[in-house]
Amino acid sequence: MNDVVICLLNPAGVAGLDRAAQGLAGAGRRLAEKLGSQLQAIVLSPQGPSPAALAQEIARVVDKVIVVDQGEYQPEVALSALAEVCSQVFPAAVLLGNDTYSQEVTPRLAYRLGGAAVGDVVEIMVHEQALRVSRQVYGGKAQATIELKRTPAVLWTRSRSFAPANRLSEPGDITELSLDVPLDTRTRIIERKRESQSEQRLEEARVIVSGGRGIGGPEPFNDELKPLAELLGAQLAASRAACDAGWVPPTLQVGQTGKKVTPDLYLAIAITGASQHMAGISEAKNIAAINTDPDAPIFKHCRFGIVEDYRKVVPLLRQKLIALQNS
Amino acid sequence: MNIIVCIKQILDPEIPAREFRVSSARREAERGNANLVTNIFCENALETALQFREALGDTKITVLSFGPASAEDSLRKALAMKADAAALVINDTISNPDPLTVAQVLATAIRKLGSFDLVMVGREAGDWGAGQTAGLLAEELGMPCVSFVDRIEPMNGGLRMKRQTDSGWEVLEAQTPLVVSITNDEHNVPRIPKVRDVLMSYRQPMTQWTLADLRYEIADDTYYEVVDLSIPQKESRCEFVTGDTLDERVESLARRITEVTSAL
Repeated sequence: MNDVVICLLNPAGVAGLDRAAQGLAGAGRRLAEKLGSQLQAIVLSPQGPSPAALAQEIARVVDKVIVVDQGEYQPEVALSALAEVCSQVFPAAVLLGNDTYSQEVTPRLAYRLGGAAVGDVVEIMVHEQALRVSRQVYGGKAQATIELKRTPAVLWTRSRSFAPANRLSEPGDITELSLDVPLDTRTRIIERKRESQSEQRLEEARVIVSGGRGIGGPEPFNDELKPLAELLGAQLAASRAACDAGWVPPTLQVGQTGKKVTPDLYLAIAITGASQHMAGISEAKNIAAINTDPDAPIFKHCRFGIVEDYRKVVPLLRQKLIALQNS
Repeated sequence: MNIIVCIKQILDPEIPAREFRVSSARREAERGNANLVTNIFCENALETALQFREALGDTKITVLSFGPASAEDSLRKALAMKADAAALVINDTISNPDPLTVAQVLATAIRKLGSFDLVMVGREAGDWGAGQTAGLLAEELGMPCVSFVDRIEPMNGGLRMKRQTDSGWEVLEAQTPLVVSITNDEHNVPRIPKVRDVLMSYRQPMTQWTLADLRYEIADDTYYEVVDLSIPQKESRCEFVTGDTLDERVESLARRITEVTSAL
């Protein structure tokens, strides 16, 4: 069978793979094993101080690394470069993560390779020579299994929900490829702005403290939830209602129309748990909730919870957590 | 400037989970008593187009939909919101068309509509949520594409737009013609049409085509096929922390949280 390729687009050039890249490599490796083929990685336009260290890190989990440095990431050039490298590899499947660039490029890459694309994939299967994937549909209310009818399958995945790959005893080869992709200035990114609270992406967070409409305003997010999140080493997130109200920036939004997150613990505070919101956290390992309404749908998905006003719970919870951390 | 906004009519995504059913035989959601509504991101796209016209003037907005005859309602609503023209490609043959089919049909209809500078679509639909229309449409039309845009303004000989990314936002400049996918933002909340405009919308002309009118032929090699659709049973039993006082209950909550987080 043909190889499986994972793509890292514009990754931060730092030592160590983030959880998304590890999950992507894990998903790629298991698929390659099922197909009896090899796993390759394309690293496109790595940024930052040490792209070489990143390539070496990836080489520990894949059989071959192709580094393509096209300079600053620009969508049209990136697409052409990826299509060119992929068409040389002739892969059975191309897997990408769930970052903005990966989501954007996936259907177009499939089109250029004569393949078929599916996004937000949480499971990849081989069924009688064909690839099948599963993903959520209808805002998380249903799960679909989709069979791809063209090759390659180009998939962007909720990569963090896949188990990481094992390290190889012998690292894979690293090749640097320079491509002669024509300049395409029809679109240009002229400004990039980070707005998140930390360098970590919400999709990468292992613990998330999230607030909903019941929080009531921007101040409690700042004064109550943020310190709680810091105490837990957690990222702060919010429901659509809280973002729409302007209490927190839209980059913090979790749900069908926001981020799809996969933390080990998702602490939902004053969030009812509408299916729109649940669509964003269905792959969370543990959900816990603080809510005044014992019938709130969120509790149906919780491992544990407390029925109480968060205003009473959160300050006390912070004290208790500090006491536990010190004991 | 000529703008085409593609819109999709879907089953109301706000129906509660307990009323939601699927037909595993047809591999589609059951309609039940749910309303059909315009997909929210499509309305965000139309709103963005309307604001662009208000800023620039001299802009024609055509709304286009590919769907069942009932999709006429979504187009009428778009006319009531003050789109200039509407066209419907009635899908009388393909059940649950895949993303490539949708893009090919829309591209065929767009070429038949005539010249255009900008095609806008919603980021994804609240039913299947494939999120592929913008990308595939751009490829079909041989144009560049910018995704997750929430604001567009005219610029010398082109467009300047802002889009949402994982960690913040980006500003892009682009030449036309161009395809963009629109996401929601506090600035593009769809306007509510006036009652008078709703009534008026039913008197406005609407182009209607069948797939035969477009000479669209269904490809032999499909893109993908939904082979199973089911409702996952994922409910878990919540353990409500116990204790006689609030202090005890919160203590217990803190312990449970610490158990989970220290296991990491």
